[in-house]
Amino acid sequence: MSSESKQILTTDGIPLEVSLKKAEKKNKIKAFLLVAPLLLFLVITYIFPIGDMFMRSVDDRMVTNMLPKTFKAMEKWENLDELPPEEVYRGFYEDYKLLAENQQHGKLGQRLNKEKNGFNTITKKLFRQIKRKKIDESASLKEQINKLHKRWRDVEYWQAIKRTAPPYTASKYLKGMDMYFAADGSIAQVDEDRRIHRILWLRTLEIAFFVTLFCFFMGYPIAHLLATLPMKYSNLLMICVLLPFWTSLLVRTASWMILLQQQGIVNDFFVMIGLVADDNRPEMMYNKVGTYVAMTQILLPFMVLPLYSVMKTISPSLMRAGKSLGGTPFVAFWKVYFPLTIPGIGAGCLLVFILAIGYYITPALVGGASGTLISNQIAFHMKTTLDWSFASAMGLMLLTGVLVIYWIYNKLVGVDNIKLG
Amino acid sequence: MSKNPEFVKFDKVDKSYDGKVLVVKDLQLDIAEGEFITMLGPSGSGKTTCLMMLAGFETPTHGEILLDGNIISNIPPHKRGIGMVFQNYALFPHMTVYENLAFPLRVRKVEKDEIDKKVDKALSMVSLNGFETRMPAQLSGGQQQRVAVARALVFDPAVVLMDEPLGALDKNLRESMQYEIKHIHESIGVTVVYVTHDQSEALTMSNRIAVFNDGKVQQLSDPAELYEKPVNSFVAEFIGENNTFNGEVVDIDKDKCKVKLAKSEILANPISVKSKGEKTTVSLRPERALINPTDKMDNMFTGKIEEVIYHGDHTRVRLNLLGSSEFILKVPNSTSNLELKVSQDINIGWNSIDARALDPK
Repeated sequence: MSSESKQILTTDGIPLEVSLKKAEKKNKIKAFLLVAPLLLFLVITYIFPIGDMFMRSVDDRMVTNMLPKTFKAMEKWENLDELPPEEVYRGFYEDYKLLAENQQHGKLGQRLNKEKNGFNTITKKLFRQIKRKKIDESASLKEQINKLHKRWRDVEYWQAIKRTAPPYTASKYLKGMDMYFAADGSIAQVDEDRRIHRILWLRTLEIAFFVTLFCFFMGYPIAHLLATLPMKYSNLLMICVLLPFWTSLLVRTASWMILLQQQGIVNDFFVMIGLVADDNRPEMMYNKVGTYVAMTQILLPFMVLPLYSVMKTISPSLMRAGKSLGGTPFVAFWKVYFPLTIPGIGAGCLLVFILAIGYYITPALVGGASGTLISNQIAFHMKTTLDWSFASAMGLMLLTGVLVIYWIYNKLVGVDNIKLG
Repeated sequence: MSKNPEFVKFDKVDKSYDGKVLVVKDLQLDIAEGEFITMLGPSGSGKTTCLMMLAGFETPTHGEILLDGNIISNIPPHKRGIGMVFQNYALFPHMTVYENLAFPLRVRKVEKDEIDKKVDKALSMVSLNGFETRMPAQLSGGQQQRVAVARALVFDPAVVLMDEPLGALDKNLRESMQYEIKHIHESIGVTVVYVTHDQSEALTMSNRIAVFNDGKVQQLSDPAELYEKPVNSFVAEFIGENNTFNGEVVDIDKDKCKVKLAKSEILANPISVKSKGEKTTVSLRPERALINPTDKMDNMFTGKIEEVIYHGDHTRVRLNLLGSSEFILKVPNSTSNLELKVSQDINIGWNSIDARALDPK
């Protein structure tokens, strides 16, 4: 049509688009104001903390601020394989002296010790010398400091100080993957017997995967039963499924401890029916078994509910149609019913997997040494070592992992194929 | 090849869901090969239960169902080879039209070429060629319905069951689909058992109609006989419109009886009444009563017009006649139309043979 490009006007001559915008504007403002509290809430409680966590995980300004003169002097240090020139020694001495006066030198020693083992001893030695005023500031500081300890004569220690110069670092992330920046700045692996984080990551994935699998195999029949039973029975069953939801997580975990411990009810039962000998009771707690059992039970409702809501919408006549057209009950189930439940399976598995990957309390209580997950390690660094930047880095790695899984899921199944209810 | 008059046989079938109430009572029904039979009845009359028993989704509590002489009560649904069209079509929403139609053939391990051929044939039967790759959600209600019919026929079943298949369609589409299903039935000669609660659907499509009420077949006959000669007052009431008079038989001979109403007496055709003194309900079709009859008729009365309703092709007149103000007349709208006005008195007459004295209501 020829008038396609022509602007359409309303009766009083205003372009239709302008008029429409004007009419919609009030509604848009109203809608925005309604969601504004939630938006504000999300920004304050979600986006801001994540940003803060990220900053903390890469922040390395402590040394940068403590040793300003050192790093300024280090700009002139050209041949990094040799000991730095006198200016660097002087800068470091002056910075350290100032720190010692402010009682801040201990922090620096600890921080540098993390970068390279042995720093604590030699900085303390330097501190004692400064305190006793045994250092002659007019003479060569390089010679005097080098004489204090042989490590000061080792160029690697000076390289380690230089590595702490940039205000931001990815070293925490490398540490989370059992890697570190080597002396020459390249990325290296830690010794094989000290790679604990990689084991924890793999164990977290493994436990989350199997818990999801167990939840699926147990939840699918329950959800099917819930969706097909007559109302009066299905309501009762629904309450049974939801009951754990209304009980404290801690209480549920504690009751699993009572059930699973070596002198617990399950073991007593096994002994009673003669499955195991009384003096050879199996350990079902403080290992992976305990983590699997408790987490599967706790996460089961998250699988059942999305499955149920999808199955509820599948008309029973579809299965009948499948059978009347000649499909055996199995064929009718597999070709007709099962494909229709995939949105629910996707939602349930994703939900359970993501919850399981970050699970904390249950593995901490029933997991023991072989059943703890990465989140327990994060908590350990939060509470015990107080290395918050490392905890933040691992938290963000976990978050990224979840986002990657979500992305893969989207590629495979499609997020619009999810049905939560 | 002569057709088997007892192709499908319900033999003294009872069905109860809870052990207390019989939903189907002592059902005896023979369906001939190639017949289009409709089970018609109000909801809860047991017609769908009968269909489900035939399909194999319900088991009879007592009695046997026979298909071509074989007892099928213990055969699971997928081995019965009975096609079924469901109330809401039950098309598989995750499969294309082609896959929907190929499903019954694939589970029967039919070869790929053969499947293509049969699917093509079935789709042309319902004039849906070219829709193979569509998903059911992309089809209109009428098209979905036709796919469902094609799917129930594609594997050449001996019997096709249809459970209120047109219930979800609008009026015009429903009527055209009725003819389409009827023509498909005529062209391929499959036995069809059709369930509906819509009497006009039943009358247009069927060879025979079984009227269900209260778990029993009230009358089994062809559409014309069902309408013209209902055997009891339920059938008379359920099929078409009906004027009724409740009274008592005061005189009876072979083909006439005199029924005493509250204030007057009428002559009727004795169907279910045998002797004097019996209570009866007399049933008269509205189109059988004439206004100002020219011929002599054996029932002649005068009534007062209460209401005139214009219906396009005919006019409906409600009269106060013989002490009842619910007497309905249907007057065809023709050029020689009568001037009908409210509160006018008119003469009405009908023949006693059309007034059927049935069981009392």
